[in-house]
Amino acid sequence: MYSNANELKDLCDRSGKKIWQVAIEVESEYNETTIDEIRQKIKENIDIMRQACNKTLKKEIPSISGLTSGMAKKIFSYMGKDNAIFSKEILKSVAYSLSCFEVNTSMGKIVAAPTAGSCGILPGCLFMLAEKINAVDDDLINAFITAAAIGTIIEKNATLSGAEGGCQAECGSASAMAAAAMTEMLGGSVEQCLHAGSMAITNVMGQICDPIAGLVEIPCAKRNAIGVVNAILCADMALAGIECFVPFDEVIVAMYEVGKALPATLRETGIGGLAGTPTGVAARRKIFGE
Amino acid sequence: MGRGLFGILGPPMIGPSSSHTAGAARIGLMCRSIVQADIAEVTFFLHGSFANTYKGHGTDRALVGGLMGMQPDDERIIRSLDVAKKEKIKINFVKTDLGNVHPNTVEAVITSKNGETASIVASSIGGGEINLVSINGFHADLSGNYNAIIVRHKDKVGMISKITNMFEKNNINIVSLSNNREKKGQTAITIIEMDGELSPNMLTDISKTADIYSVSNINKI
Ligand code: SF4
Repeated sequence: MYSNANELKDLCDRSGKKIWQVAIEVESEYNETTIDEIRQKIKENIDIMRQACNKTLKKEIPSISGLTSGMAKKIFSYMGKDNAIFSKEILKSVAYSLSCFEVNTSMGKIVAAPTAGSCGILPGCLFMLAEKINAVDDDLINAFITAAAIGTIIEKNATLSGAEGGCQAECGSASAMAAAAMTEMLGGSVEQCLHAGSMAITNVMGQICDPIAGLVEIPCAKRNAIGVVNAILCADMALAGIECFVPFDEVIVAMYEVGKALPATLRETGIGGLAGTPTGVAARRKIFGE
Repeated sequence: MGRGLFGILGPPMIGPSSSHTAGAARIGLMCRSIVQADIAEVTFFLHGSFANTYKGHGTDRALVGGLMGMQPDDERIIRSLDVAKKEKIKINFVKTDLGNVHPNTVEAVITSKNGETASIVASSIGGGEINLVSINGFHADLSGNYNAIIVRHKDKVGMISKITNMFEKNNINIVSLSNNREKKGQTAITIIEMDGELSPNMLTDISKTADIYSVSNINKI
Protein backbone atom coordinates (compact mmCIF):
# COMPACT_ATOMS: atom_id res chain seq x y z
CA MET A 1 0.00 0.00 0.00
CA TYR A 2 1.25 3.48 -0.79
CA SER A 3 -0.36 6.82 -0.13
CA ASN A 4 2.18 9.08 -1.78
CA ALA A 5 4.95 9.00 -4.36
CA ASN A 6 7.67 8.52 -1.79
CA GLU A 7 6.03 5.38 -0.44
CA LEU A 8 5.47 4.09 -3.95
CA LYS A 9 9.14 4.64 -4.74
CA ASP A 10 10.17 2.83 -1.54
CA LEU A 11 8.00 -0.16 -2.44
CA CYS A 12 9.53 -0.26 -5.91
CA ASP A 13 13.09 0.14 -4.62
CA ARG A 14 12.75 -2.56 -1.99
CA SER A 15 11.25 -5.12 -4.36
CA GLY A 16 13.08 -4.12 -7.52
CA LYS A 17 9.69 -3.80 -9.22
CA LYS A 18 8.38 -1.20 -11.62
CA ILE A 19 5.53 1.16 -10.79
CA TRP A 20 2.96 -0.88 -12.71
CA GLN A 21 3.95 -4.09 -10.91
CA VAL A 22 3.53 -2.57 -7.47
CA ALA A 23 0.32 -0.78 -8.47
CA ILE A 24 -1.41 -3.84 -9.86
CA GLU A 25 -0.49 -5.92 -6.81
CA VAL A 26 -1.85 -3.26 -4.48
CA GLU A 27 -5.03 -2.92 -6.53
CA SER A 28 -5.53 -6.67 -6.56
CA GLU A 29 -5.07 -6.95 -2.81
CA TYR A 30 -7.23 -4.02 -1.75
CA ASN A 31 -10.07 -4.47 -4.19
CA GLU A 32 -10.06 -8.26 -4.00
CA THR A 33 -9.76 -8.77 -7.74
CA THR A 34 -7.30 -10.93 -9.61
CA ILE A 35 -4.44 -9.49 -11.62
CA ASP A 36 -5.95 -11.03 -14.75
CA GLU A 37 -9.29 -9.33 -14.12
CA ILE A 38 -7.59 -5.98 -13.68
CA ARG A 39 -5.57 -6.37 -16.87
CA GLN A 40 -8.67 -7.44 -18.77
CA LYS A 41 -10.62 -4.40 -17.58
CA ILE A 42 -7.76 -2.06 -18.52
CA LYS A 43 -7.68 -3.70 -21.93
CA GLU A 44 -11.40 -3.04 -22.41
CA ASN A 45 -10.82 0.61 -21.52
CA ILE A 46 -7.89 0.76 -23.95
CA ASP A 47 -10.13 -0.55 -26.74
CA ILE A 48 -12.67 2.21 -26.12
CA MET A 49 -9.91 4.84 -26.02
CA ARG A 50 -8.31 3.53 -29.18
CA GLN A 51 -11.56 3.84 -31.09
CA ALA A 52 -12.05 7.37 -29.79
CA CYS A 53 -8.49 8.38 -30.69
CA ASN A 54 -9.06 7.32 -34.30
CA LYS A 55 -12.68 8.26 -34.86
CA THR A 56 -12.34 11.86 -36.06
CA LEU A 57 -8.91 11.71 -37.73
CA LYS A 58 -10.52 11.53 -41.15
CA LYS A 59 -14.12 12.41 -40.45
CA GLU A 60 -15.40 15.56 -38.77
CA ILE A 61 -17.99 15.07 -36.07
CA PRO A 62 -19.36 18.37 -34.71
CA SER A 63 -19.75 18.90 -30.97
CA ILE A 64 -23.18 18.95 -29.34
CA SER A 65 -22.94 22.70 -28.79
CA GLY A 66 -21.94 23.26 -32.42
CA LEU A 67 -18.97 25.39 -31.31
CA THR A 68 -16.12 23.16 -32.54
CA SER A 69 -15.28 20.38 -34.96
CA GLY A 70 -12.58 19.06 -37.24
CA MET A 71 -9.42 19.90 -35.26
CA ALA A 72 -8.12 16.32 -35.18
CA LYS A 73 -8.65 15.98 -38.91
CA LYS A 74 -6.76 19.20 -39.62
CA ILE A 75 -3.70 18.22 -37.61
CA PHE A 76 -3.81 14.66 -38.92
CA SER A 77 -3.63 15.81 -42.52
CA TYR A 78 -1.05 18.51 -41.71
CA MET A 79 1.42 16.32 -39.84
CA GLY A 80 4.45 15.23 -41.78
CA LYS A 81 4.19 18.20 -44.17
CA ASP A 82 7.39 20.10 -44.96
CA ASN A 83 6.26 23.16 -43.05
CA ALA A 84 5.42 21.33 -39.87
CA ILE A 85 7.73 22.27 -37.02
CA PHE A 86 6.92 19.37 -34.73
CA SER A 87 7.79 15.84 -35.79
CA LYS A 88 5.12 13.65 -37.31
CA GLU A 89 5.02 11.60 -34.13
CA ILE A 90 4.31 14.52 -31.86
CA LEU A 91 1.59 15.83 -34.14
CA LYS A 92 0.07 12.36 -34.44
CA SER A 93 -0.07 12.21 -30.69
CA VAL A 94 -1.86 15.59 -30.67
CA ALA A 95 -4.26 14.37 -33.39
CA TYR A 96 -5.12 11.28 -31.33
CA SER A 97 -5.82 13.39 -28.27
CA LEU A 98 -8.00 15.82 -30.24
CA SER A 99 -9.93 12.97 -31.82
CA CYS A 100 -10.59 11.46 -28.41
CA PHE A 101 -11.68 14.86 -27.16
CA GLU A 102 -13.96 15.45 -30.15
CA VAL A 103 -15.64 12.11 -29.52
CA ASN A 104 -16.24 13.36 -25.99
CA THR A 105 -17.83 16.67 -27.06
CA SER A 106 -20.01 14.95 -29.65
CA MET A 107 -21.50 12.62 -27.02
CA GLY A 108 -19.51 9.60 -28.11
CA LYS A 109 -17.95 6.99 -25.84
CA ILE A 110 -14.70 7.76 -24.00
CA VAL A 111 -12.90 6.76 -20.81
CA ALA A 112 -12.33 9.47 -18.22
CA ALA A 113 -8.54 9.68 -17.76
CA PRO A 114 -8.66 11.04 -15.12
CA THR A 115 -11.63 13.23 -16.16
CA ALA A 116 -13.74 13.58 -19.28
CA GLY A 117 -12.32 17.04 -19.95
CA SER A 118 -8.76 15.71 -20.01
CA CYS A 119 -9.60 12.38 -21.68
CA GLY A 120 -7.36 12.84 -24.74
CA ILE A 121 -3.95 13.41 -23.15
CA LEU A 122 -3.07 9.99 -21.78
CA PRO A 123 -4.25 7.82 -24.69
CA GLY A 124 -2.91 10.35 -27.21
CA CYS A 125 0.58 10.01 -25.73
CA LEU A 126 0.59 6.29 -25.04
CA PHE A 127 -0.85 5.12 -28.37
CA MET A 128 1.69 7.21 -30.27
CA LEU A 129 4.61 5.90 -28.20
CA ALA A 130 3.42 2.30 -28.43
CA GLU A 131 3.43 2.59 -32.22
CA LYS A 132 6.78 4.33 -32.28
CA ILE A 133 8.55 1.66 -30.25
CA ASN A 134 6.43 -1.28 -31.48
CA ALA A 135 5.19 -2.02 -27.98
CA VAL A 136 2.91 -5.03 -27.56
CA ASP A 137 -0.50 -4.83 -25.91
CA ASP A 138 0.87 -6.01 -22.58
CA ASP A 139 3.35 -3.13 -22.48
CA LEU A 140 0.55 -0.71 -23.19
CA ILE A 141 -1.56 -2.15 -20.39
CA ASN A 142 1.43 -1.73 -18.04
CA ALA A 143 1.82 1.88 -19.11
CA PHE A 144 -1.84 2.68 -18.40
CA ILE A 145 -1.47 1.08 -14.97
CA THR A 146 1.55 3.24 -14.15
CA ALA A 147 -0.36 6.33 -15.29
CA ALA A 148 -3.36 5.43 -13.17
CA ALA A 149 -1.12 4.82 -10.14
CA ILE A 150 0.25 8.36 -10.47
CA GLY A 151 -3.34 9.60 -10.74
CA THR A 152 -4.38 7.85 -7.52
CA ILE A 153 -1.56 9.61 -5.67
CA ILE A 154 -2.66 13.02 -6.96
CA GLU A 155 -6.28 12.30 -6.09
CA LYS A 156 -5.34 11.24 -2.58
CA ASN A 157 -3.09 14.20 -1.78
CA ALA A 158 -4.48 16.97 -3.98
CA THR A 159 -7.36 17.02 -6.47
CA LEU A 160 -8.15 16.02 -10.03
CA SER A 161 -11.15 18.29 -10.39
CA GLY A 162 -11.18 21.53 -12.38
CA ALA A 163 -13.93 22.88 -10.15
CA GLU A 164 -11.70 22.42 -7.13
CA GLY A 165 -8.21 23.03 -8.49
CA GLY A 166 -8.41 24.58 -11.95
CA CYS A 167 -7.19 23.02 -15.18
CA GLN A 168 -3.76 22.31 -13.69
CA ALA A 169 -5.56 19.67 -11.61
CA GLU A 170 -7.29 18.05 -14.60
CA CYS A 171 -5.10 18.45 -17.66
CA GLY A 172 -1.97 19.00 -15.56
CA SER A 173 -2.54 15.71 -13.76
CA ALA A 174 -3.32 13.86 -16.99
CA SER A 175 -0.08 15.24 -18.39
CA ALA A 176 1.87 14.08 -15.33
CA MET A 177 0.32 10.62 -15.58
CA ALA A 178 1.26 10.40 -19.26
CA ALA A 179 4.78 11.73 -18.70
CA ALA A 180 5.51 9.18 -15.99
CA ALA A 181 4.04 6.30 -18.00
CA MET A 182 6.02 7.19 -21.14
CA THR A 183 9.21 7.47 -19.10
CA GLU A 184 8.66 3.98 -17.74
CA MET A 185 7.80 2.62 -21.20
CA LEU A 186 11.15 3.92 -22.43
CA GLY A 187 13.07 2.23 -19.64
CA GLY A 188 13.35 5.15 -17.22
CA SER A 189 13.84 4.52 -13.50
CA VAL A 190 11.08 5.08 -10.95
CA GLU A 191 12.82 8.26 -9.93
CA GLN A 192 12.89 9.49 -13.51
CA CYS A 193 9.18 8.72 -13.87
CA LEU A 194 8.44 10.87 -10.85
CA HIS A 195 10.66 13.67 -12.13
CA ALA A 196 8.76 13.60 -15.42
CA GLY A 197 5.45 13.79 -13.57
CA SER A 198 6.60 16.60 -11.29
CA MET A 199 7.88 18.64 -14.20
CA ALA A 200 4.63 18.19 -16.12
CA ILE A 201 2.61 19.68 -13.27
CA THR A 202 5.22 22.34 -12.58
CA ASN A 203 4.95 23.50 -16.19
CA VAL A 204 1.24 24.23 -15.99
CA MET A 205 1.00 25.24 -12.36
CA GLY A 206 -1.67 27.89 -12.01
CA GLN A 207 -3.51 26.93 -15.18
CA ILE A 208 -7.09 28.06 -14.69
CA CYS A 209 -10.34 26.36 -15.65
CA ASP A 210 -12.34 28.80 -17.77
CA PRO A 211 -14.60 26.89 -20.15
CA ILE A 212 -16.65 29.08 -22.45
CA ALA A 213 -20.36 28.92 -21.64
CA GLY A 214 -19.45 26.50 -18.85
CA LEU A 215 -19.09 23.71 -21.41
CA VAL A 216 -16.23 21.23 -21.37
CA GLU A 217 -15.10 22.22 -24.86
CA ILE A 218 -13.25 25.55 -25.31
CA PRO A 219 -10.39 25.88 -24.41
CA CYS A 220 -10.34 22.28 -23.21
CA ALA A 221 -9.47 20.70 -26.58
CA LYS A 222 -6.31 22.78 -26.83
CA ARG A 223 -5.47 22.16 -23.19
CA ASN A 224 -5.47 18.49 -24.17
CA ALA A 225 -3.15 19.25 -27.07
CA ILE A 226 -0.66 21.17 -24.93
CA GLY A 227 -1.01 18.49 -22.26
CA VAL A 228 0.29 15.95 -24.76
CA VAL A 229 3.23 18.10 -25.81
CA ASN A 230 4.02 18.93 -22.20
CA ALA A 231 4.05 15.24 -21.26
CA ILE A 232 6.33 14.32 -24.15
CA LEU A 233 8.72 17.13 -23.31
CA CYS A 234 8.86 16.16 -19.63
CA ALA A 235 9.42 12.48 -20.40
CA ASP A 236 12.28 13.43 -22.70
CA MET A 237 13.75 15.83 -20.12
CA ALA A 238 13.60 13.18 -17.40
CA LEU A 239 15.14 10.52 -19.62
CA ALA A 240 17.89 12.98 -20.53
CA GLY A 241 18.69 13.21 -16.84
CA ILE A 242 17.04 16.52 -15.97
CA GLU A 243 15.52 16.50 -12.50
CA CYS A 244 12.69 18.44 -10.92
CA PHE A 245 14.08 20.44 -8.00
CA VAL A 246 10.94 19.97 -5.88
CA PRO A 247 9.87 16.34 -5.31
CA PHE A 248 6.57 15.00 -6.68
CA ASP A 249 4.73 14.87 -3.35
CA GLU A 250 5.53 18.51 -2.66
CA VAL A 251 4.67 19.60 -6.17
CA ILE A 252 1.17 18.16 -6.03
CA VAL A 253 0.46 19.70 -2.63
CA ALA A 254 1.63 23.05 -4.02
CA MET A 255 -0.64 22.53 -7.03
CA TYR A 256 -3.54 21.86 -4.66
CA GLU A 257 -2.80 24.99 -2.62
CA VAL A 258 -2.62 27.08 -5.80
CA GLY A 259 -5.92 25.56 -6.94
CA LYS A 260 -7.66 26.44 -3.71
CA ALA A 261 -6.28 29.98 -3.92
CA LEU A 262 -7.83 30.47 -7.37
CA PRO A 263 -10.99 32.57 -7.25
CA ALA A 264 -14.20 30.66 -7.98
CA THR A 265 -14.55 32.55 -11.26
CA LEU A 266 -11.54 30.60 -12.55
CA ARG A 267 -12.67 27.17 -11.37
CA GLU A 268 -15.11 25.71 -13.90
CA THR A 269 -17.83 28.26 -13.31
CA GLY A 270 -17.65 29.58 -16.86
CA ILE A 271 -17.36 33.15 -15.55
CA GLY A 272 -13.73 34.31 -15.69
CA GLY A 273 -10.81 33.86 -18.06
CA LEU A 274 -11.76 33.10 -21.66
CA ALA A 275 -15.36 32.52 -20.62
CA GLY A 276 -15.59 36.14 -19.51
CA THR A 277 -14.27 37.68 -22.73
CA PRO A 278 -16.79 39.43 -25.00
CA THR A 279 -16.44 36.52 -27.43
CA GLY A 280 -16.95 33.96 -24.68
CA VAL A 281 -20.00 35.77 -23.35
CA ALA A 282 -21.47 36.10 -26.85
CA ALA A 283 -21.01 32.37 -27.43
CA ARG A 284 -22.86 31.63 -24.20
CA ARG A 285 -25.75 33.86 -25.27
CA LYS A 286 -25.93 32.23 -28.65
CA ILE A 287 -26.02 28.67 -27.34
CA PHE A 288 -28.41 29.23 -24.51
CA GLY A 289 -30.50 31.89 -26.20
CA GLU A 290 -30.18 34.19 -23.20
CA MET B 1 -7.14 3.00 -1.13
CA GLY B 2 -9.57 5.61 -2.48
CA ARG B 3 -11.26 4.64 -5.71
CA GLY B 4 -8.27 2.65 -6.95
CA LEU B 5 -6.89 2.50 -10.46
CA PHE B 6 -10.33 2.43 -12.10
CA GLY B 7 -11.40 5.57 -10.31
CA ILE B 8 -8.64 7.25 -12.30
CA LEU B 9 -8.88 5.32 -15.56
CA GLY B 10 -12.62 5.34 -15.97
CA PRO B 11 -15.48 5.17 -15.98
CA PRO B 12 -16.16 4.44 -19.64
CA MET B 13 -18.85 6.98 -20.46
CA ILE B 14 -20.62 9.06 -23.05
CA GLY B 15 -19.16 12.57 -23.01
CA PRO B 16 -18.74 15.38 -22.55
CA SER B 17 -18.88 15.69 -18.76
CA SER B 18 -18.83 13.07 -16.02
CA SER B 19 -21.05 15.18 -13.80
CA HIS B 20 -23.35 16.66 -16.44
CA THR B 21 -23.66 13.60 -18.68
CA ALA B 22 -22.60 10.34 -16.98
CA GLY B 23 -24.05 11.41 -13.61
CA ALA B 24 -27.24 12.59 -15.31
CA ALA B 25 -27.68 9.21 -17.00
CA ARG B 26 -27.30 7.52 -13.62
CA ILE B 27 -29.94 9.84 -12.15
CA GLY B 28 -32.26 8.77 -14.98
CA LEU B 29 -31.53 5.12 -14.19
CA MET B 30 -32.22 5.77 -10.52
CA CYS B 31 -35.61 7.33 -11.39
CA ARG B 32 -36.45 4.29 -13.50
CA SER B 33 -35.46 1.98 -10.70
CA ILE B 34 -37.63 3.88 -8.19
CA VAL B 35 -40.73 4.24 -10.36
CA GLN B 36 -40.78 0.71 -11.83
CA ALA B 37 -43.85 1.41 -13.97
CA ASP B 38 -44.52 2.44 -17.55
CA ILE B 39 -43.94 6.16 -17.76
CA ALA B 40 -46.31 8.56 -19.51
CA GLU B 41 -44.77 11.94 -18.81
CA VAL B 42 -41.74 13.43 -17.08
CA THR B 43 -40.88 17.01 -16.26
CA PHE B 44 -37.28 17.64 -15.31
CA PHE B 45 -36.79 20.75 -13.18
CA LEU B 46 -33.14 21.66 -13.65
CA HIS B 47 -31.22 23.61 -11.05
CA GLY B 48 -27.91 25.52 -11.03
CA SER B 49 -25.27 24.38 -13.49
CA PHE B 50 -27.68 21.73 -14.79
CA ALA B 51 -30.08 24.54 -15.72
CA ASN B 52 -27.37 26.74 -17.22
CA THR B 53 -25.49 24.22 -19.35
CA TYR B 54 -27.83 21.29 -19.98
CA LYS B 55 -28.16 21.87 -23.70
CA GLY B 56 -24.44 22.05 -24.40
CA HIS B 57 -23.59 19.12 -22.12
CA GLY B 58 -26.38 16.85 -23.34
CA THR B 59 -27.70 16.58 -19.76
CA ASP B 60 -31.23 16.42 -21.20
CA ARG B 61 -30.40 13.44 -23.42
CA ALA B 62 -28.51 11.70 -20.62
CA LEU B 63 -31.37 12.07 -18.11
CA VAL B 64 -33.86 10.72 -20.63
CA GLY B 65 -31.45 7.98 -21.76
CA GLY B 66 -31.10 6.76 -18.19
CA LEU B 67 -34.85 6.86 -17.75
CA MET B 68 -35.16 4.59 -20.80
CA GLY B 69 -32.67 2.15 -19.26
CA MET B 70 -29.49 3.27 -21.02
CA GLN B 71 -26.24 2.97 -19.04
CA PRO B 72 -23.82 5.98 -18.91
CA ASP B 73 -21.68 4.38 -21.66
CA ASP B 74 -24.59 3.55 -23.99
CA GLU B 75 -24.04 5.15 -27.38
CA ARG B 76 -27.78 5.48 -27.93
CA ILE B 77 -27.91 8.28 -25.35
CA ILE B 78 -27.37 10.89 -28.05
CA ARG B 79 -30.67 9.81 -29.66
CA SER B 80 -32.63 9.26 -26.44
CA LEU B 81 -35.05 12.15 -26.97
CA ASP B 82 -36.17 10.57 -30.26
CA VAL B 83 -36.47 7.17 -28.59
CA ALA B 84 -38.72 8.69 -25.91
CA LYS B 85 -40.84 10.38 -28.54
CA LYS B 86 -41.28 7.10 -30.39
CA GLU B 87 -42.38 5.42 -27.18
CA LYS B 88 -44.87 8.29 -26.69
CA ILE B 89 -43.31 9.48 -23.45
CA LYS B 90 -43.84 13.19 -22.99
CA ILE B 91 -40.68 14.96 -21.77
CA ASN B 92 -40.42 18.54 -20.52
CA PHE B 93 -37.47 20.56 -19.25
CA VAL B 94 -37.92 23.54 -16.95
CA LYS B 95 -35.17 25.71 -15.51
CA THR B 96 -35.75 26.35 -11.86
CA ASP B 97 -34.22 27.18 -8.49
CA LEU B 98 -34.42 24.26 -6.07
CA GLY B 99 -32.90 26.29 -3.23
CA ASN B 100 -29.90 25.29 -1.17
CA VAL B 101 -28.84 22.13 -3.02
CA HIS B 102 -25.78 20.96 -4.96
CA PRO B 103 -25.30 22.99 -8.20
CA ASN B 104 -25.98 19.92 -10.36
CA THR B 105 -29.40 18.97 -9.09
CA VAL B 106 -32.63 17.97 -10.82
CA GLU B 107 -36.16 17.27 -9.69
CA ALA B 108 -37.96 14.73 -11.87
CA VAL B 109 -41.73 14.72 -11.65
CA ILE B 110 -42.84 11.47 -13.20
CA THR B 111 -46.37 10.45 -14.14
CA SER B 112 -46.84 6.75 -14.81
CA LYS B 113 -49.37 5.28 -17.20
CA ASN B 114 -51.26 3.97 -14.17
CA GLY B 115 -51.82 7.59 -13.11
CA GLU B 116 -49.40 7.66 -10.17
CA THR B 117 -46.95 10.52 -9.83
CA ALA B 118 -43.59 10.63 -8.12
CA SER B 119 -41.20 13.47 -7.40
CA ILE B 120 -37.53 12.54 -7.23
CA VAL B 121 -34.74 14.98 -6.41
CA ALA B 122 -31.13 13.93 -7.08
CA SER B 123 -27.70 15.56 -7.46
CA SER B 124 -24.74 14.67 -9.62
CA ILE B 125 -21.82 15.14 -7.27
CA GLY B 126 -18.81 14.59 -9.56
CA GLY B 127 -17.02 11.81 -11.40
CA GLY B 128 -20.37 10.25 -12.34
CA GLU B 129 -21.31 9.71 -8.68
CA ILE B 130 -24.83 10.71 -7.69
CA ASN B 131 -26.82 11.29 -4.56
CA LEU B 132 -30.54 10.90 -4.22
CA VAL B 133 -31.90 13.79 -2.15
CA SER B 134 -35.58 13.03 -1.73
CA ILE B 135 -38.49 10.96 -2.95
CA ASN B 136 -41.95 12.53 -2.77
CA GLY B 137 -40.67 15.09 -0.31
CA PHE B 138 -39.11 12.51 2.02
CA HIS B 139 -35.42 12.99 2.61
CA ALA B 140 -33.70 9.93 1.11
CA ASP B 141 -29.95 9.52 1.00
CA LEU B 142 -28.92 6.97 -1.66
CA SER B 143 -25.85 6.61 -3.88
CA GLY B 144 -27.18 4.00 -6.29
CA ASN B 145 -24.00 2.01 -5.70
CA TYR B 146 -25.84 -0.64 -3.65
CA ASN B 147 -29.15 -2.40 -3.82
CA ALA B 148 -31.56 -0.71 -1.48
CA ILE B 149 -35.10 -0.83 -0.14
CA ILE B 150 -37.39 1.98 0.82
CA VAL B 151 -39.89 1.02 3.49
CA ARG B 152 -42.86 3.23 4.37
CA HIS B 153 -44.25 2.34 7.76
CA LYS B 154 -46.01 3.64 10.84
CA ASP B 155 -43.84 5.84 13.00
CA LYS B 156 -43.70 3.84 16.22
CA VAL B 157 -41.33 2.05 18.59
CA GLY B 158 -39.55 -1.06 17.33
CA MET B 159 -40.23 -0.78 13.59
CA ILE B 160 -36.59 -0.46 12.58
CA SER B 161 -35.48 -3.43 14.63
CA LYS B 162 -38.29 -5.53 13.12
CA ILE B 163 -36.85 -4.76 9.69
CA THR B 164 -33.20 -5.18 10.60
CA ASN B 165 -33.93 -8.50 12.34
CA MET B 166 -35.12 -9.83 9.01
CA PHE B 167 -31.83 -8.79 7.45
CA GLU B 168 -29.94 -10.59 10.18
CA LYS B 169 -32.03 -13.74 9.79
CA ASN B 170 -31.29 -13.79 6.06
CA ASN B 171 -27.62 -13.03 6.60
CA ILE B 172 -27.63 -9.81 4.58
CA ASN B 173 -25.21 -7.08 5.58
CA ILE B 174 -26.58 -3.54 5.90
CA VAL B 175 -24.35 -0.86 4.39
CA SER B 176 -26.36 2.16 5.50
CA LEU B 177 -29.66 2.87 7.15
CA SER B 178 -31.60 6.09 7.42
CA ASN B 179 -34.98 6.86 8.89
CA ASN B 180 -37.18 9.92 8.64
CA ARG B 181 -40.76 10.69 9.53
CA GLU B 182 -43.44 13.00 8.29
CA LYS B 183 -45.03 13.68 11.62
CA LYS B 184 -44.77 11.95 14.98
CA GLY B 185 -46.92 8.83 15.09
CA GLN B 186 -47.74 8.95 11.37
CA THR B 187 -45.76 7.76 8.34
CA ALA B 188 -42.02 7.21 8.49
CA ILE B 189 -39.65 6.06 5.80
CA THR B 190 -36.65 3.78 6.31
CA ILE B 191 -34.03 3.39 3.61
CA ILE B 192 -31.53 0.55 3.74
CA GLU B 193 -28.55 -0.01 1.46
CA MET B 194 -27.17 -3.55 1.51
CA ASP B 195 -24.46 -5.87 0.24
CA GLY B 196 -26.06 -8.45 -2.04
CA GLU B 197 -29.80 -8.40 -2.61
CA LEU B 198 -33.11 -9.38 -1.05
CA SER B 199 -34.90 -12.54 -2.16
CA PRO B 200 -38.50 -12.12 -3.37
CA ASN B 201 -39.60 -14.08 -0.29
CA MET B 202 -37.90 -11.70 2.05
CA LEU B 203 -39.48 -8.73 0.27
CA THR B 204 -42.93 -10.28 0.74
CA ASP B 205 -42.17 -11.01 4.39
CA ILE B 206 -41.23 -7.40 5.00
CA SER B 207 -44.26 -6.03 3.19
CA LYS B 208 -46.59 -8.35 5.14
CA THR B 209 -45.27 -7.16 8.50
CA ALA B 210 -47.81 -5.28 10.60
CA ASP B 211 -47.67 -1.47 10.24
CA ILE B 212 -45.56 -1.60 7.10
CA TYR B 213 -47.41 0.21 4.31
CA SER B 214 -45.15 -0.41 1.34
CA VAL B 215 -41.71 -1.66 0.34
CA SER B 216 -39.91 -0.73 -2.83
CA ASN B 217 -36.84 -2.43 -4.03
CA ILE B 218 -34.26 -0.19 -5.72
CA ASN B 219 -31.64 -2.01 -7.75
CA LYS B 220 -28.14 -0.63 -7.78
CA ILE B 221 -27.28 1.22 -10.96
S1 SF4 C 1 -10.52 24.21 -18.79
FE1 SF4 C 1 -11.64 23.27 -17.12
S2 SF4 C 1 -13.26 22.06 -18.09
FE2 SF4 C 1 -11.70 22.50 -19.63
S3 SF4 C 1 -10.30 20.73 -19.55
FE3 SF4 C 1 -9.44 22.32 -18.24
S4 SF4 C 1 -10.25 21.77 -16.22
FE4 SF4 C 1 -11.52 20.67 -17.70
